[in-house]
Amino acid sequence: MGKEIFYFLIFPGLLFSGIVGGFLSWFDRKITARVQFRQGPPLLQPLYDFIKLLTKETLIPKNGSQFTFLIAPVLALFGAVISAVFILLPLFGIKTGFVGDLIVIIYLLNIPSLSFMIGALASGNPLAAVGASREMKLILSYEVPFLLVLISIILKSGMSIKLSEIIAFQAANGAFIGNISGVIGFIVALMCIQAKLGLVPFDMAEGEGEICDGITIEFSGTTYALVNLAKYIMLFVLPALVVGLFFAGMNFEGINILWSVLKVVLVVLLVTLVRNTNPRVRIDQAMRFFWIWMNLLAIVSIILAIFGL
Amino acid sequence: MSVGSCNNCDIEILDCLTPKFDIERFGMKLVGSIRHADVLLVTGIVTRKLLPRIKEVYDQAPKPIVVIAIGTCACTGGMFKDCYTFKGPLDQVIPVNAYVPGCPPKPEAMLAGVVKLLNK
Repeated sequence: MGKEIFYFLIFPGLLFSGIVGGFLSWFDRKITARVQFRQGPPLLQPLYDFIKLLTKETLIPKNGSQFTFLIAPVLALFGAVISAVFILLPLFGIKTGFVGDLIVIIYLLNIPSLSFMIGALASGNPLAAVGASREMKLILSYEVPFLLVLISIILKSGMSIKLSEIIAFQAANGAFIGNISGVIGFIVALMCIQAKLGLVPFDMAEGEGEICDGITIEFSGTTYALVNLAKYIMLFVLPALVVGLFFAGMNFEGINILWSVLKVVLVVLLVTLVRNTNPRVRIDQAMRFFWIWMNLLAIVSIILAIFGL
Repeated sequence: MSVGSCNNCDIEILDCLTPKFDIERFGMKLVGSIRHADVLLVTGIVTRKLLPRIKEVYDQAPKPIVVIAIGTCACTGGMFKDCYTFKGPLDQVIPVNAYVPGCPPKPEAMLAGVVKLLNK
């Protein structure tokens, strides 16, 4: 029992994912600033933001459902931490008794997005309702290509759906990014991550300036601090999942530690560069993009995986 | 928030976000919602129509918040002091923490004001 609490709260759980997620969020802001020829924020900026938000007062809107509004960021943080634990334990090679597999991970990764939506709808603000409806449509759009890419991964790894077995297969036979279906699958997965994290070009749910931070508009103080922490953790967890599925996970012997860290940082760098070079798209353009083009690419990846390419 | 300005000060505020006078070095960024904000920049004289609205926005901001009056119009009313829609300089409506005079104030002056508040 003590070991499980340690896993959930400290080691690949709340504390570790929070700190690494904060570092990756700083990295994202610094690269954005450098690409725009600016200096960026100092290194501990995400920590300063989090502590500052804890000291501000929390305002609860009068017109919404107050209990749901307050419980939504806690649920989002809980979903993010649990999916972090179940993704990072196989990645770090820690053997536990849990026979978790990709299906559980997909379910758990949906909890933060749904909680943000529930919180936005419970706040009684019409701009937040617009943001929540856009988030709903976006979730429907990016889930299907992501599932198809996971099917192609499962086909390539000999029909195993446990993350630890997929990583072991790649360690024995070469990373999945090496062949063509892996590259196509990686591109589709990258776009799906971009939408799930709520980053440009798919940040129409939290549209800054257009609907005034739509989905998170009414959160303030401690609730906003929890929302930000959940986002930092998702920024770490989703690239780590992509590294586990395509780049043969992490390996901690000797020089491979540096290589594993660089793999996660590389995926975050790609996410940041896509974020900086694209404008925001409308929700119908995003739905068309995911339902037509990404599904086509994912199906091509599955067909190439069946042929063993 | 512009409470009846000519928008010149607003353009100069946006200049602070550009690479030449980067304000993200100090860890500040533009947020979309008043409930996420720590600094409220107000420009313009307080006109009759915007008086209840600036009070509403100030109430919606989670305290502690810092209010900075940008431009001569927000500080004292400037040359519009005898206008029929003028409802008082800003510090008679909401509490103000810093004044940055100028018409419009240069971005360096705004950064200097912000840094003075940070060091306090």
